[in-house]
Amino acid sequence: MVQENKSLEIERNIGDFAYPETHTHDAGIGLTEKTIHYISDVKQDPDWVREFRLKAYRTFLSKPMPTHWASRDLEAIVFDNIRYYLSGGIQPKRTWEEVPDDVKRTFERLGIPEQERKFLAGVEAQFDSEAVYSNIKKAVGEQGVIFVGSADGLKEHPEIFRKWFGKVIPTGDNKFSALNSAVFSGGSFIYVPPGVKVKHPLQAYFRINAENFGQFERTLIICDEGSELTYMEGCTAPKFNTATLHSAVVELVAMKGAKIQYITVQNWSNNVFNLVTKRGLAHEEAEVKWIDCNIGSRLTMKYPGVVMKGRKARGEVISIALAGDGQHQDTGAKMVHAADETTSNIISKSISIGTGRATYRGLVHVPKHLKNCKNNTECDALLINSHSRTDTYPAITVRGTGNAVQHEASVSQVSAEQIFYMQQRGLSKAQAMSLSVNGFVNDLVRQFPMEYSVELKRLIELEMEGSVG
Amino acid sequence: MSNPSALLEEIAETALAPGRILGGGAARNEDLPAWFREQQSAAWTEFQTLPMPALKDQAWRFSNVQALDLAPYTLPVSLSDRAERDLLERSTELSEIAGRLVFADDHFLERDVLSEKLRAAGVIFQPLERAMIEHEDLFRRHFMTQPATLGSAKFAALHQALVRSGTFLYVPRGIEVELPLETFHWLHSENVAIFPHTLLVAEEFSKVTLVEHFRSADRSRAGFSCGVNDLVVGPGAKVNYVCTQDWSDRALGIQINATTVARDASAFNLYLNLGGKFSRLESLSRLIGEGGRSDMLAVSVGDGAQEFDARTLQDHACAHTYSDLLFKNALYDRARTTFGGLIRVEPHAHFTDAYQKVRNLLLSDDAEANSMPGLEILADNVKCSHGATSGQLDEEQMFYLLARGISAAVARELLVGGFLTEVLERLPAPALIVRLEELIADKFARRSR
Repeated sequence: MVQENKSLEIERNIGDFAYPETHTHDAGIGLTEKTIHYISDVKQDPDWVREFRLKAYRTFLSKPMPTHWASRDLEAIVFDNIRYYLSGGIQPKRTWEEVPDDVKRTFERLGIPEQERKFLAGVEAQFDSEAVYSNIKKAVGEQGVIFVGSADGLKEHPEIFRKWFGKVIPTGDNKFSALNSAVFSGGSFIYVPPGVKVKHPLQAYFRINAENFGQFERTLIICDEGSELTYMEGCTAPKFNTATLHSAVVELVAMKGAKIQYITVQNWSNNVFNLVTKRGLAHEEAEVKWIDCNIGSRLTMKYPGVVMKGRKARGEVISIALAGDGQHQDTGAKMVHAADETTSNIISKSISIGTGRATYRGLVHVPKHLKNCKNNTECDALLINSHSRTDTYPAITVRGTGNAVQHEASVSQVSAEQIFYMQQRGLSKAQAMSLSVNGFVNDLVRQFPMEYSVELKRLIELEMEGSVG
Repeated sequence: MSNPSALLEEIAETALAPGRILGGGAARNEDLPAWFREQQSAAWTEFQTLPMPALKDQAWRFSNVQALDLAPYTLPVSLSDRAERDLLERSTELSEIAGRLVFADDHFLERDVLSEKLRAAGVIFQPLERAMIEHEDLFRRHFMTQPATLGSAKFAALHQALVRSGTFLYVPRGIEVELPLETFHWLHSENVAIFPHTLLVAEEFSKVTLVEHFRSADRSRAGFSCGVNDLVVGPGAKVNYVCTQDWSDRALGIQINATTVARDASAFNLYLNLGGKFSRLESLSRLIGEGGRSDMLAVSVGDGAQEFDARTLQDHACAHTYSDLLFKNALYDRARTTFGGLIRVEPHAHFTDAYQKVRNLLLSDDAEANSMPGLEILADNVKCSHGATSGQLDEEQMFYLLARGISAAVARELLVGGFLTEVLERLPAPALIVRLEELIADKFARRSR
């Protein structure tokens, strides 16, 4: 076992992520203290990390499920039936022929390269991106940027990462953040030194490997004073996954004047519970922006948050949710104002198709004696079919004078007149619908990097096709 | 009705011997019919079974649940003649009315009779305890039929177990009562608990306005009011319901409202909240017939350490229905409000129009406003929107008034008054608007003293 880990170490150093495709490390099914020890052993965690995991495990056991408002669907999760750690050929072996036709068709329509398709469908354990990754790592490395996996980060740079690890999102924040803290593996640790502006967006994509698409990834990004970073995770293609629970924790720390933009495109397959905790800490004049797009999964519960801790800090959440048949996208944002002159902005657009259900859940908190805090929240929902459902549950607390908070939400349909107009001009009903829906989210989609926004548009077209009949 | 015993003692007794306390309860209500007392005993059991609200309950999120300690309160005893005379004298709000009922510490004091014409037309306006005997079928058909779903099921059960008087108003088909009817509920003795009940049934195409006044005899006395009002609005009927709540600032108030709106009917609710240490309003509007319309309005002015807690549900159970909610709060000192509202459009309730707006005006650094405007849409072709804002007085408007030589205090009062009047002006009864504005002005005057 030790030997294998050594070989992994070497491979990591040269940026090569070719794990042997055997289940060399399998923590088995179910979760006990033994599982935690097993993971710690395999990952050769420092002692404090092992302790951290064990403590988190006990917190996980003591925390109740979020029952008083959460969807009943959560009860379908059986923690004892889940495999918490698997490395070395983590992806189940499958041949291209076994991949369902609709997934193949989606790849075709989205224009995804052949090589990527195989990876995304789970046919291959890795995507051959080492070259790209090495180049990027080299480029940013020269600027002093640290871009490593979570386990490496804690092992190699504890002086940087330990200070903030688990500080933005404490273990006991909720049951699933505790679960992640106990069994985390994979994810990225990034440190950007003062004043460094990373030109190209860093992508989890570059580090694609078996572990990175794991169920319990943990990401911590620290941008030191005046630095800037854009990070992207996920991709528009459906990730064909047989795991049923995905529970990540993402912590962002923006020091004075730093800017972090975190872009997520989530398109898990329709059997996945996606329960993610994401929060950013913005110091003085810093800016944290979440751009979040949820298309896949069976149930997503994700409310990216920003704690504005320093004067003039700024938080922003841009959220797009598409809930198709049988899906529930429970998304939203949390904005905690903790200093004067902080501003936050939430813009959320959701589309419910077929029996899909889109929920916006938000929290805005302006405590006492703060001056000139501003929040703006806009939620728009679009209902496509008569069985579609949409909900909005904001919670806004404002104390004291000198702050301005506004929340607005609306629910509407695709205008029959618009559809009629487009059909008059020779578009089919489905084309007209997808054009109209794309128009609804267009101003948000444009905020994504170009290649993503193009793929997103295609994906919406695709989703709309079957929805009108 | 023997000695006043603390509710809590009574609860303890009940726990020991269920029959006995209900014996106690029954002794209190011995003149009420047996079937009613049976319902009360069932409600008492329910009250005991249900848990007290906790902050963790979504329906009580942000509420100060500690305020709900019922230990200090006692059941009412009879009033002295002098107190009765005094309260009767003070029971005038509107100059022109069609009828008036006055209650103090849950005792029915007086009724100003309806005109002969209205009585001949079949309008019933009488205390609950008489209605349940004289109009048993009608009463039983509508009494406490809407379950309290917005968090206070326990208090609804307590209300049903201990209610002994209240208002029964019945307007037959096609009858329009032009002048408003008026009721008064007084909290008189220190730490008294009262259970005001109002049951309003408006039959097809009838029209009626009911104005209720909740008052404390002495602004320095504590008390507890746990009220339920049910409005049943029949097809094509129009009901205006106005409640002015001005308890003492030491009182605890819980009001549970349910309004059912049938086809082409229109219900109009307005709550003016001025008093109370902690007052909670749970208001449910259920739209069950096409063309139904419900307007839900509230104005709250809080100061000191007052807390107003409002939970609302606009429940669209039928297609082609309309609801509009507007709640405005003006908050001084350490006042606190919580608004939890939901628009629910049930499956098949297509072509619904539903709106919900809450506006908070924070006038002090210690004031706090919590807003939870919610939407649950399960139908298609709906028009729904909600909005929540929290802000302060417009500095430019203040400057404008100050520049014209108006003192800051008066200017502030004018602007707050203007902010609140937008809600009152929706009321389709001009004379009432004037009276409500006067009540708000009284509160301002009390503040400046």
